[in-house]
Amino acid sequence: MRNWLSDSVIAGVTVAVVLMLAAMSGHAQAPAYRAPRTADGKPNLNGIWQALNTANWDLQGHAAGKGPVPSLGAAFAVPPGLGVVEGDEIPYLPAAVAKKKSNQASWTTLDPEVKCYLPGVPRATYLPHPFQIVQSQQNILINYEYADAVRIINMGAPTKAPGDSWMGWSNGRWEGETLVVDVTSLMENTWFDRAGNFHSDALHVVERYTPRSADTLNYEATIEDPKVFSRPWKISMPLYRRAEKNATLLEYKCVEFAEELMYGPLRKKSSN
Amino acid sequence: MSRRLLASTLALAAVPLVALLAQAPAAGQTPSSATKATTGEKAWTPPRTVDGKPDLQGIWSNNTLTPFERPKSLGAKEFYTDQELADLTKRVREGSQGEEVEGAELGAANPQAVRYDLELYGFDRGKVRYTSKRTSLVVGPEGVVPPMLPEARARNAARAAELKGHEFDSHEQRSLSERCILLNQVRIPMTPGANEGNLLQIVQGSGYVSLLHETDHNTRVIPTDGRPHVPQSIRQLQGDSVGHWEGNTFVVDTTNFTNRTAYRGSSDKLHLVERFTRTADDTLIYQFTVEDPTTWAKPWTAEVSWTKNKGPVYEWACHEGNTMIATILRGARVEEEAAQKKGK
Repeated sequence: MRNWLSDSVIAGVTVAVVLMLAAMSGHAQAPAYRAPRTADGKPNLNGIWQALNTANWDLQGHAAGKGPVPSLGAAFAVPPGLGVVEGDEIPYLPAAVAKKKSNQASWTTLDPEVKCYLPGVPRATYLPHPFQIVQSQQNILINYEYADAVRIINMGAPTKAPGDSWMGWSNGRWEGETLVVDVTSLMENTWFDRAGNFHSDALHVVERYTPRSADTLNYEATIEDPKVFSRPWKISMPLYRRAEKNATLLEYKCVEFAEELMYGPLRKKSSN
Repeated sequence: MSRRLLASTLALAAVPLVALLAQAPAAGQTPSSATKATTGEKAWTPPRTVDGKPDLQGIWSNNTLTPFERPKSLGAKEFYTDQELADLTKRVREGSQGEEVEGAELGAANPQAVRYDLELYGFDRGKVRYTSKRTSLVVGPEGVVPPMLPEARARNAARAAELKGHEFDSHEQRSLSERCILLNQVRIPMTPGANEGNLLQIVQGSGYVSLLHETDHNTRVIPTDGRPHVPQSIRQLQGDSVGHWEGNTFVVDTTNFTNRTAYRGSSDKLHLVERFTRTADDTLIYQFTVEDPTTWAKPWTAEVSWTKNKGPVYEWACHEGNTMIATILRGARVEEEAAQKKGK
């Protein structure tokens, strides 16, 4: 009898401690912020957002460096950054390491951003431009200022892509406070940054947008590409609300800014 | 002005819009609006978004046979009768290739290279249709764009003269459309293009209406919070759009255009008012009024009846696949070189 009692007391205490620890660790992982709701009760992500980091220069940690065009001096130098990759390591397969290096060495000619090509996912998120989320029940539209890139995230029953595309095919779902977006059918033509980090057409990205305060979201992207990486890896960063009065995306049709580079050599020789 | 616009919108909504299609046996998809319009007098109640705004969401196509301007022979006749429209539709559908049918803009239905779903993009001549009884998209007794003011004609002629002989000098002389900067089909106001890619997807969020044009992923996210236009110093190819709701109609006001995006010869003084009204589950009336005192003596209005479409909206990456500009310029350089050699 006594033994049974003490056993059950011990068991009870153990359960309580385990529950407490679980609650504490849960708290440490995700601050229990509850976002304001849309009219249909979902976390309200509507707004204009922007990353504030140097991931577009290099996903990994990097010191400051001189800019790519000497004549521009310090005005366009590379800003330093801690990096956004979990563990700061991108697990390239041995065969892919050389390509990353050669990409980086010639980025000013090879980076699709230089030609104003559509940025793909996840790069669209951390380009140094704002983007806007327009949230409805059936679809969530994200319009990026850069190149007027756009995605429709289907919130209904998942659908299959009709074909590969620059911005991929996005199916979304809610997991509590988090918008989870599964992105497939991405073309191999986009890069992750100006440091030559790349992928193949086997790229699969799972994005997680989680409100962490009224004016910040946490953005996570798990990147999987068995042709290029030995395992899935993850980037994460806060996104900040553009809180200016009347904040708006403006036109940034950058095709025009790439034309001299692309077509300049085909100009008529100035004989007249 | 706006009162007249509203009145004509309402008038049009009351007209049994697509009734003739119900009569045409060849019509693959008979819009439910046609049935409603002919059978019931009950007013159609537009659905609402969760925010209580009229729900315009979905994928829409502005493909139609209705010509932009009214054929001269029709005079002041603004609407066809059901019988006339049925006959015209029949003629167009059965017409032999290349036949011109007065009062029809064949557009994408003209024979051309095929991309994918014929029906979806209006390539299939057997399925093309008029989406309203209007004889022209331009409304009113004239049914044509008012004559251009002399100063506007002079302005446009000077620009053309400047370009003459230099059309192939560099990319800068080529059109914005060819350069994939702003394709003709997505320019606002949005008019049916004689090409594929007439799809527009509307997504509404709290305080915003977004319009995604399939053509070159051109997107406008339009605020409805009553904010003013951006400062006049900021000029954009697609201007600056702000919106508001007037009953069931979404009204968009756009200014701040550049002088490089002339719409039918307009200048950067262009002021555009677009009105979106859903009149049936599968019908959306897009009406726009164009005002530019430096180009036309008076504002003019056109109206396009859009039809719900099953989609999907594809990604249209124009610039990324643009080999045309380089090919055109290279061709011009080769020709010049050949001419030079010949001259020596």
